[in-house]
Amino acid sequence: MSEDLEKSKIKNEGVLERTFSTETMDGQIATLNLGPTHPATHGIFQNILKVDGEKILSAEPTVGYIHRAFEKMAERKSFQQITTLTDRLNYCSSPLNNIGWQMTVEKLCGIEIPKRVQYMRVIIMELARIADHLICNSVIGVDTGGLTGFTWMFIERERIYDMYEQICGTRLTTNIGRIGGFERDLNDKFHALIQDFLNTFLKRFEEYNALLDRNRIFMDRTIGVGKISAERALSYGFVGPNLRATGIDYDVRVHSPYCSYEDFDFDIPVGTEGDTYDRFQVRQEEVRQSIRIIKQAYENLPKEGVYHADTPLFYLPPKENVYNTIEGMINHFKQVYGEMPYPVGEVYHSIEGGNGELGYYLISDGGRSPYRLQFRRPCFIYYQAYPEMIKGQVLSDAVITLSSLNVIAGELDA
Amino acid sequence: MGKVTETGQMEAINYEGFQLTKLDTVIGAARANSLWPLPFATSCCGIEYMAAMSPNYDIARFGMERMSFSPRQADLLIIAGTISKKLAPVLRQVYEQMSEPKWVMAVGACASSGGIFDTYSVLQGVDRIIPVDVYVPGCAPRPEQIIDGIMNVQALAKHESLRRRYSPEYKHLLDNYKIDNDIDGE
Amino acid sequence: MESKLTNEQVLEALRAQFATAIGEEEQTIDNYLTVYINSKNVHEIVDWLYKHPEFKIQFLTNITGVHYPENEKGKELMVVYHLHSLQNNFRIRLKAFLPIENPVIDSIVDIYSAANWIERETYDFYGIIFNNHPNLKRILNQDSMDYFPLRKEYHVEDATRQDKDDRFFGR
Repeated sequence: MSEDLEKSKIKNEGVLERTFSTETMDGQIATLNLGPTHPATHGIFQNILKVDGEKILSAEPTVGYIHRAFEKMAERKSFQQITTLTDRLNYCSSPLNNIGWQMTVEKLCGIEIPKRVQYMRVIIMELARIADHLICNSVIGVDTGGLTGFTWMFIERERIYDMYEQICGTRLTTNIGRIGGFERDLNDKFHALIQDFLNTFLKRFEEYNALLDRNRIFMDRTIGVGKISAERALSYGFVGPNLRATGIDYDVRVHSPYCSYEDFDFDIPVGTEGDTYDRFQVRQEEVRQSIRIIKQAYENLPKEGVYHADTPLFYLPPKENVYNTIEGMINHFKQVYGEMPYPVGEVYHSIEGGNGELGYYLISDGGRSPYRLQFRRPCFIYYQAYPEMIKGQVLSDAVITLSSLNVIAGELDA
Repeated sequence: MGKVTETGQMEAINYEGFQLTKLDTVIGAARANSLWPLPFATSCCGIEYMAAMSPNYDIARFGMERMSFSPRQADLLIIAGTISKKLAPVLRQVYEQMSEPKWVMAVGACASSGGIFDTYSVLQGVDRIIPVDVYVPGCAPRPEQIIDGIMNVQALAKHESLRRRYSPEYKHLLDNYKIDNDIDGE
Repeated sequence: MESKLTNEQVLEALRAQFATAIGEEEQTIDNYLTVYINSKNVHEIVDWLYKHPEFKIQFLTNITGVHYPENEKGKELMVVYHLHSLQNNFRIRLKAFLPIENPVIDSIVDIYSAANWIERETYDFYGIIFNNHPNLKRILNQDSMDYFPLRKEYHVEDATRQDKDDRFFGR
């Protein structure tokens, strides 16, 4: 076993042969350590760069600085408790992860979700997507020096947080919903907030867009920076806005629709060059398309109705029943202790998360916790392409490329 | 300042005057109201910290307009997020590079005690490697709680004795963490 | 978008091409084609699927490891490959068993660049060695870690911690 390990070790070639550089400023190769704590790397990533003057010849990333062993922890927690773990994957858009996980368990157990619940889920998922894209684009603005957009868009994010609070009580790590739906219906305050949001958000968003969209400095700093071609992107397993910026229109919501996305009419924005400016524009346009989806879902949503599926086996009973009736208490007890008939088998379910195809591979052995749960984390897979994307560019371009990839540390290391 | 008349009311004076106070008070007020934080934001609590920087909650009114990302220029080390064992030496190095007086605030359950992650790879609380002054519990704590933590740090900074960093108790604290404190040049 | 291929179609083509290397098909709840393959033929099967003109299975979704300590000897570790054809909307899952004493399998880095870090993660968690991998070392855990944490015999908690008394934490 150890000789196989020896064969797979790095072949130690000279760096100049590997990274052929025709122009050398003074011919001296320096090693620069970017990170792990660096103001512009949002999250903890270390990159050891070999630079020639300011031009980057090669980069060697190190990850794992926030490895929290989610997959090992998931083998000890019940299905309902794992929702709290999925919050912390891509924590800028926690509801997406939560609802994706609940759909995975519903796929495993064969639970049918009523239409109204699906529409509610679509509204919440699209709000989460808007929140995620707003952070990413504001942060690209901050890294190029435009701090105003950051302050404006964070006010809008607070409005989204207010809506989350009306549903689940928390802002960031939402733990939203239950397996089978939601724990309570949308209240009047939520309806008021979302109507206000739908009426006023786009105008403020366009003001923010005008700051950066045709801004000479921003365009000069981002066009042609961090390019990747479509073939290399597919080979590296790119998904989500980063892949769509290279020209491939793969969106899980359209490709294999889940949760009634086929009922809605929306476009998928696609870029052409695969550089930072395209990634920025794709995310901006996705925000507008998300507002379109939310409007359609909200108009067709009945104001009162069911908010959970009718499965007493897997849906935690309402608290009035748990505390006041013996049947409710026994139901709750059995579910928490895992004495419900969870099927044996495996499923792979994927949703379109903030960064692309977020997949859950669940192997269940009939018990309370999964036998194996693996998260297909888009950030982890496409961050491998980062050294290739920054080769031959200067250091400030490398910083902007990293923030435009929207690499979230929680999703990277899980 | 003003002359106090018999009725106890203050009058404003419009000539140059003197202010009589203690050195501790002035320096404490200056330190407390101009803390430069080093946001060591690793995960979800970092996003709540960014929300605290946003106009809705605004920590700039506490004197924290400028984030210092260089430890040499920072007063307050805000650790927001999970610290894994891989990252612990880095954090320790950042703390040691800061110069006295320095305060440490652990934001969130993960930084305070490991949080929900009782695993083989997560450091169970940042106070295993560096001394912490203020803990802000929550997962993730609301920006108001973070601001409350900052106000507690300000209270500490304002009322701290000027000789505290030279005292044997402080040296004993740092010795427990095996941190070399050469503040008096030894 | 409906799938343009059927499970039977792809399975028949696989069996026609690689007779002995393809094992049985497993029926899964999500109805994706799930096939057990011989671990020695992983590279050629994945390569054939990549280059197949009609199937066009050219996207690597994920590679996972699973540990079954109670399985028969020689089949304790399992590597699962999830592949996807974007044009045909078809997903396939390949599973290969490996013995725990010598879990060596070929790497598919030359077909999919994405496999680089995914295989490193599988090595980090389970100790599965990938032949011809350019840089097979730990990725998420510390380099000094000397065991493979996701194997079933290890606990999720740090075994060396002294302060938390298991009696109070329900363990």
